[in-house]
Amino acid sequence: MHPAPSVIIFTTLSGLGFGLLTFLGLGMPGVTGWTAFAFFTIAYLLAVGGLAASTFHLGHPERAFKAFTQWRTSWLSREAWASAGALLVMAIYGFLLVFHDTRLAPLGWLGAALSLLTVFTTSMIYTQLRTVPRWNTPITPVKFLALSIAGGALLSGEVSIAIVAIAAAGLVVVASWIVGDTRFAEAGSDLSTATGLGRFGTVRAFEPPHTGTNYLLREFVYVVGRKHSAKLRLIALLLMVALPVIALALPFNHIFAAVAVLSHLVGVFVARWLFFAEAEHVVGLYYGKR
Amino acid sequence: MTSLPKQTDRKLGLVIDLDTCVGCHACVISCKGWNTENYGAALSDTDPYGAEPSGTFLNRVHSYEVQPASGAAQLVHFPKSCLHCDNAPCVTVCPTGASYKRVEDGIVLVNESDCIGCGLCAWACPYGARELDALEGVMKKCTLCVDRIYNENLPEEDREPACVRTCPAGARHFGDFADPDSNVSRLNRDRGGIDLMPEQGTKPVNKYLPPRRKDQTAEIDVLAPFLEPVAEDAKGFMAWLDKTLEKF
Ligand code: SF4
Ligand code: SF4
Repeated sequence: MHPAPSVIIFTTLSGLGFGLLTFLGLGMPGVTGWTAFAFFTIAYLLAVGGLAASTFHLGHPERAFKAFTQWRTSWLSREAWASAGALLVMAIYGFLLVFHDTRLAPLGWLGAALSLLTVFTTSMIYTQLRTVPRWNTPITPVKFLALSIAGGALLSGEVSIAIVAIAAAGLVVVASWIVGDTRFAEAGSDLSTATGLGRFGTVRAFEPPHTGTNYLLREFVYVVGRKHSAKLRLIALLLMVALPVIALALPFNHIFAAVAVLSHLVGVFVARWLFFAEAEHVVGLYYGKR
Repeated sequence: MTSLPKQTDRKLGLVIDLDTCVGCHACVISCKGWNTENYGAALSDTDPYGAEPSGTFLNRVHSYEVQPASGAAQLVHFPKSCLHCDNAPCVTVCPTGASYKRVEDGIVLVNESDCIGCGLCAWACPYGARELDALEGVMKKCTLCVDRIYNENLPEEDREPACVRTCPAGARHFGDFADPDSNVSRLNRDRGGIDLMPEQGTKPVNKYLPPRRKDQTAEIDVLAPFLEPVAEDAKGFMAWLDKTLEKF
């Protein structure tokens, strides 16, 4: 799949933002007043910034509100509802914290649940696609949730939770790579089933329909990036997990904390890039590519 | 609505005969012509006369080589467009309701004024049957020429999809799969029509008729023994005949 920057930025930032909102909703850290204002501003910038970035890849962003209509079948529509609900509930909760020094705990819990639900609905947009076997497995939502919780713990300054959550997220990400690497073969689609011609012999793509490229090849066939995937996986793990965990384990210091956050953020970007670049869509088979 | 109908009254679709298709791409051109000049957003081309031309097409013809265990390889031309799946994943993922499957005839369509161009339906289609138009920003796909097949302004013989009407080889057939006696149902039964990527669970309506086996080269030699010289060194009358015939 083509790793579109808008979608990578969206899933990374909004994942972090909703992770932070989850922790704020649970009262971690138990801030009020202007400190709370700072935390909520960061969370909203990330979550809303991510959502805004995702509208850049729409052909008609002006009709985006129509995406609320099909929640019965569409995970993208459910994501629209969950995110709107989470942002609304957390806005009320945050308003009371900042301006009235009041913490309505149940409202915070609801906001936290909706925030996690948003991350889950985002992950299901990818998980539901049988056409992309690497994503079409239960570990995809686990990965999105684990990364979001790890990032939320890190941003909320819950150091001891963050160390555990980041390490756990690292394990989940590694597991998702191991599971993902064999998914395409397991799903059982190849040029033989794609054309139905396998019963007559070995099928080979002889001539593509056009000499030039097209939307399908641009969007779904991305071979270049996979060359370096082993190296990039290592870089992702170092930046996303190793460095932040070390920085957090050291005696607290603002510089170390900043290093942990920045390194984790860049690491998640790399992992998200791989999430798209390594994913193979079955339509590539028709072009003799994967 | 992006919920799929439990059942459709009719099941309109195509049978594509891989044995007959000659790979001329006439269906590709007539499809683009009809669908860019009529209903909905035009099918745009970018850089059409430049170094990297690219454009939106609803039907594309691939060519594959099939190498049997023994004997010569076979070239199969393979037109591909929307299969109007019964269990269409492209419809259920659509967040806006722009994509839908019609209850009356099973045609899968996009309502372009509702489409936000998120591209998710194209991600969900295993066959590459949907393309987001680069200029219009809306999703385009085969409509089974819904604006021809019911169009009473057209002469009767033109009320079929443009690709079917134009195919010079007669490799494309249009009809109702819900009717067991229709042309397409019979062809599908008689020739053992294939589903593309059945493991994807899409239940495609369109069927592909497998190419027939090529003649085996061994059979070509059936007459060969009779062509061999009967006698190498002829004697007597035969020698005279041989010599005489050689002169002419
Ligand atoms: S072929 Fe693709 S676009 Fe057409 S109905 Fe099936 S899944 Fe949808
Ligand atoms: S591109 Fe249009 S038709 Fe396809 S899923 Fe998005 S809104 Fe629906």
